[in-house]
Amino acid sequence: MGILEVKGVNKRFGGLQALGDVNLSVAENTVHAIIGPNGAGKSTLLNCLVGKLIPDTGSVMFNGQSVLGRKPFEINQMGISRVFQTPEIFGDLSVLENVMIPCFAKRDGAFRMHAIEGVQNEKQIMEKALLMLEDLNMADKRNMHSASLSRGDKRRLEMAMCLVQEPKLLLLDEPTAGMARADTNNTIDLLKEIKEKRDITMCIIEHDMHVVFSLADRITVLAQGTPLVEDAPENIKGNPKVREAYLGETA
Amino acid sequence: MFGLDKKDTTLLLVVALLTLLAPFILNPFPTDSGLAQFNAGYPDLMQRFVIFGIFAIGFNILFGLTGYLSFGHAAFLGVGSYSAVWMFKLLSMNIIPAIVLSVVIAGLFALVIGYVSLRRSGIYFSILTLAFAQMSFALAYSVLTPITNGETGLQLTLEDPRILGTSATADGSIPVTNLFGLEMRSATDLVIGPWSFTFSAGYYVCAIVMLVAFYLAIRIFRSPFGMMLRAIKSNQNRLNYTGLNSRPYTLAAFVISGMYAGLAGGLMASMDPLAGAERMQWTASGEVVLMTILGGAGTLIGPVLGAGMIKYFENIFSKINDNVLHGWFAWMPDGIEDLTVAIIHPFIGKGWHLTLGILFMLVVIFLPGGLVEGGQRIMRLFSRKKATKDDKSKAKQPAE
Ligand SMILES: Nc1ncnc2c1ncn2[C@@H]1O[C@H](COP(=O)(O)OP(=O)(O)O)[C@@H](O)[C@H]1O
Ligand SMILES: [Mg+2]
Repeated sequence: MGILEVKGVNKRFGGLQALGDVNLSVAENTVHAIIGPNGAGKSTLLNCLVGKLIPDTGSVMFNGQSVLGRKPFEINQMGISRVFQTPEIFGDLSVLENVMIPCFAKRDGAFRMHAIEGVQNEKQIMEKALLMLEDLNMADKRNMHSASLSRGDKRRLEMAMCLVQEPKLLLLDEPTAGMARADTNNTIDLLKEIKEKRDITMCIIEHDMHVVFSLADRITVLAQGTPLVEDAPENIKGNPKVREAYLGETA
Repeated sequence: MFGLDKKDTTLLLVVALLTLLAPFILNPFPTDSGLAQFNAGYPDLMQRFVIFGIFAIGFNILFGLTGYLSFGHAAFLGVGSYSAVWMFKLLSMNIIPAIVLSVVIAGLFALVIGYVSLRRSGIYFSILTLAFAQMSFALAYSVLTPITNGETGLQLTLEDPRILGTSATADGSIPVTNLFGLEMRSATDLVIGPWSFTFSAGYYVCAIVMLVAFYLAIRIFRSPFGMMLRAIKSNQNRLNYTGLNSRPYTLAAFVISGMYAGLAGGLMASMDPLAGAERMQWTASGEVVLMTILGGAGTLIGPVLGAGMIKYFENIFSKINDNVLHGWFAWMPDGIEDLTVAIIHPFIGKGWHLTLGILFMLVVIFLPGGLVEGGQRIMRLFSRKKATKDDKSKAKQPAE
């Protein structure tokens, strides 16, 4: 039984069947990649996991509890963090503040009225956030206005914001989409480092299958809203069905 | 000091000094000089400076931090005024219970209006608050006449029951508002040479309340709660996926700013015990938006500056008339004098709104950060000059 169990999920947008009978099981402490051509329904699937969309039918269980009908912040409080396709950070805040906010969310829950005591007295939260930044080699940028970071650093910061929450499951939606070669390699290295250093379950959604081959323990190939195959990376490359799905896209 | 860092303590002390010395600072011109009309150091106007300062400080906690633009905050100010006047009528002329009730009732109103309005964001939120405020205005103006006394406004009368006090004084007049016996309208004049300075009890009560309100606002800005509010403005989507529920945060900010507005309304009634529906009109709500943006939304001192500036313009520019202008330009040849006066005429007296509008447009276009940004630019100009000097002296050292 995996930490995440998706069973019989269907999602329609008008006449379009975006997801058709998706079954997926992600085992704890593994990296599971979901790949597929553009429009395969990868983002739709992810949105069903984080509370942005509700599937028409089927169930999504996380850690034995259903996530369906819960709001995004509730699902995050259950232990699922996500990074977005384009990095979403608090651009008006400093880098350190960006990492402190998820620390508060982890410690104090979805809402707490602490309006009088100054932030500077929250020593533990600050230390935790700073340690996280040091871990990702960003400590020297802690006082920077986060909107002025480079694209790669924004991605790194967003990862820091998720990791500092020590999530049970980390979801990544095309973490290298639109990145230059160098930034892509950086991100892959970062993900590998995270996988080695931490006990973490990751679910990575990718369009470019080469990104995930060296990273994933298991790969699910999604095409036209339905899983084609699920297997270890070395078996995926040679699979004719997968070739067809990708060739069909380029042809 | 006071749990603030050095920079904030300095700011608080500077503001405290300026407000406490305001009767001097705002009266720079001798009483008999031609420029005396630019003096703003009289109690009535100074009270308005600090009361609207409080209103704007509170508004800024909502708008400046979360970015939610309310167009209905005057409703809370009006509710505060009505509550205070009722307290004077029924309980006592002491301003403390009146102000406490103003804050509490305004807070409850804000809770209800905020709860509904915050279901939407952006322009829809603004429209909802505006609709609520207009409904409140209509209620105060006509529907709830027994409570608000309709268009005449709620006033004290000689028949008020006043449980802890008398309905009328010994000489048959209405008692005056006080703070444990200190009458709000009492004042002493200090004459130094040609200058005359007025120290009013009412002003100092308002000033101290404003300093407390300002201090609390600094604490809120620097707290984790304040950080969450800024995060909401910056990226609400990210906040939700970070496990935080933005709704109670925005509602808390809305209620706090509503209570600040109620406090301002209560103080207003404490200085002059009457309350009218016009205080709740949408133009009054718009005014506090202008104050905050003019001064610098999201900054600590900006709203206070904006409030002071608008109230100064309202009172000083509106008093200048053609006769005054002719006095100023008497040195010009007659024809040119008349022409000059005719050109300036639309911008003074009742036309001061025109001046304010132009000023507002200039600030928004050239200084989007408001007066505070203007101040910062000037400071930077000076410090850059200093910095280049320092660089030069440093550069010399290695050669030695
Ligand atoms: N909100 C929506 N409304 C209508 N159609 C949508 C919506 N979101 C996605 N789709 C459609 O569903 C299909 C799958 O989209 P998506 O999940 O974004 O694919 P992927 O992320 O794999 O590229 C696409 O055909 C897309 O046009
Ligand atoms: Mg996608």
